[in-house]
Amino acid sequence: MGGVLAVTETRGGALRGVSREVVTAARSLAGRLGGGVDALVLGPPGIGEEAGHLAAFGADRIFVAQDEAFGAYAPDAALRAIEELEGANEYRAILLAASARGKDLAPRAAARLDRPLASDVTEISVEDDRPVVVRPQYAGKALAKLAFSGAPALISIRPNVFLPEEREGDGAVEPLDVSAEPARTRVHPVESGGQGELDVAEARIVVSGGRGMGDPENWHLLEDLKDALGDGVALGASRAVVDAGWRPHEEQVGQTGKVVTPELYFAIGISGAIQHLAGMRTAKVIVAVNRDPEAPIFDVADYGIVGDLFEVLPKLTEEIRAAKAV
Amino acid sequence: MKDANVKSIVCIKRVPDTETRVRIGSDGASIDPSGVKYVLNPYDEFALEEAIRLKEAAGEGSVTALSLGPPAATETLRTALAMGADDAVLLEGEPSHDGLATARALAAEIEGRDFDLLLFGKQAVDDDNMQVPAMVAEILGLPCATVVVELDVEGGHVRAVREVEGGHETVEFDLPGVVAAQKGLNEPRYASLKGIMAAKKKPLEEKEADLSGSDIELLSLSEPPEAEAGEIVGEGADAVPELVRRLREEAKVL
Repeated sequence: MGGVLAVTETRGGALRGVSREVVTAARSLAGRLGGGVDALVLGPPGIGEEAGHLAAFGADRIFVAQDEAFGAYAPDAALRAIEELEGANEYRAILLAASARGKDLAPRAAARLDRPLASDVTEISVEDDRPVVVRPQYAGKALAKLAFSGAPALISIRPNVFLPEEREGDGAVEPLDVSAEPARTRVHPVESGGQGELDVAEARIVVSGGRGMGDPENWHLLEDLKDALGDGVALGASRAVVDAGWRPHEEQVGQTGKVVTPELYFAIGISGAIQHLAGMRTAKVIVAVNRDPEAPIFDVADYGIVGDLFEVLPKLTEEIRAAKAV
Repeated sequence: MKDANVKSIVCIKRVPDTETRVRIGSDGASIDPSGVKYVLNPYDEFALEEAIRLKEAAGEGSVTALSLGPPAATETLRTALAMGADDAVLLEGEPSHDGLATARALAAEIEGRDFDLLLFGKQAVDDDNMQVPAMVAEILGLPCATVVVELDVEGGHVRAVREVEGGHETVEFDLPGVVAAQKGLNEPRYASLKGIMAAKKKPLEEKEADLSGSDIELLSLSEPPEAEAGEIVGEGADAVPELVRRLREEAKVL
């Protein structure tokens, strides 16, 4: 009894990267609360081998349910699996990712188990043997510190914050029998959009453009920079350019868009309205390029260049390409 | 989105405007309300608009706006009525950081009502919890689609397209069910003067919310640490080599 359950996710027959973050965070929490770490994987047949690799991030038991139907999101089956594992193990905490799927599944699981949920958490600790979490509110303009009483505590973690840590582990896969039916919803497999599987909320590097780009035709300059930076890079946009119809809203960074925590954030031609800053100020390194030296974006940027972005951007792309080639 | 006689309930919330500068109150557990402008939660506007369009397209049906909030949330409900909701219900109470407590109170009210479609905004821009829609669905045993950018309702069947990382996912279910709206679902209308006048005569019921206890306690609310003032590396394209050098050697992010 006790321990922590890490609910992972798969897409297209592969584990999503954020699953390793969930297992890593679960391991860390179990180290302070006591007990082991179980991981739950629902996926299509053949997922078992990759699921086994979660042992290297701290999973002691990896419960794998395989069914063709689990190639797509299967919320009802996932809920049954969580309920069954919780019934058998009485966890201290259940962790999920605050991803599109986790944000959908976590509140359902919380309601099903009649337990509270802290969503999109950026810090987890233990005080007086209780899980204590910190989560941003008002898109990061305030931080709430919350303590759970009773068990299990349901927690969804913000992607890109709890970085995966490999460790020695001898966890093993155990098959779990979960039926795909009955299901209240029929969920079709994901259709990838323009940026492929990578979302601005999960990218390692984000290249964002604002009104200063002047015209949607100029976006190729940002795409060139994105290409020069290599893998794990996504394009972002300010609300102004999304509202103007220059870019799709799934790229919008800010309070009514996405909150991002990349290693590196480029704000190009973005002045830095409060609602935009709320979405990106927790990026680890922020670079701003803007014509106006008084632009508020420079108050949060680690490195700024004041100047005409149409001169700066091509040079930046060229220099980064050269630096990468070394 | 066309279907005959769909009865919708739209759950809405009164929140601070996103342009508001948030200051923590002296209690260290809530925001300082002075100078804060409150608005209808932006995502809830998409939910309301969708319900109103469903009714308009069919020429029949109904739209009820429901809010859990302080007495001042009646203004928010009047906004919904001005946009085109038929009637409104205020569950008077203070929504807390615990989404489950809010979801239970809303579900208790909704359970006794006759409805087909339950709509929410995908999240409230104050607590950013993103919990209540799916929790209410689960408590009521209903199917649910969250972060929806495209919705078709036909013959009691729902086809919803939800936004996921780098793509879209289509969810289908039969009514009754729950949909949580994302930006992009539609372009919400502004209330017309005629709508505002009409809203004053529409029914608005007020009752106490049944807010249960909670197993999650708010210890504190604080402002994030001030970002350290950045540095202007230089001006124009000439500053680029120095920027790239520092990104590599100092920040180690390239």
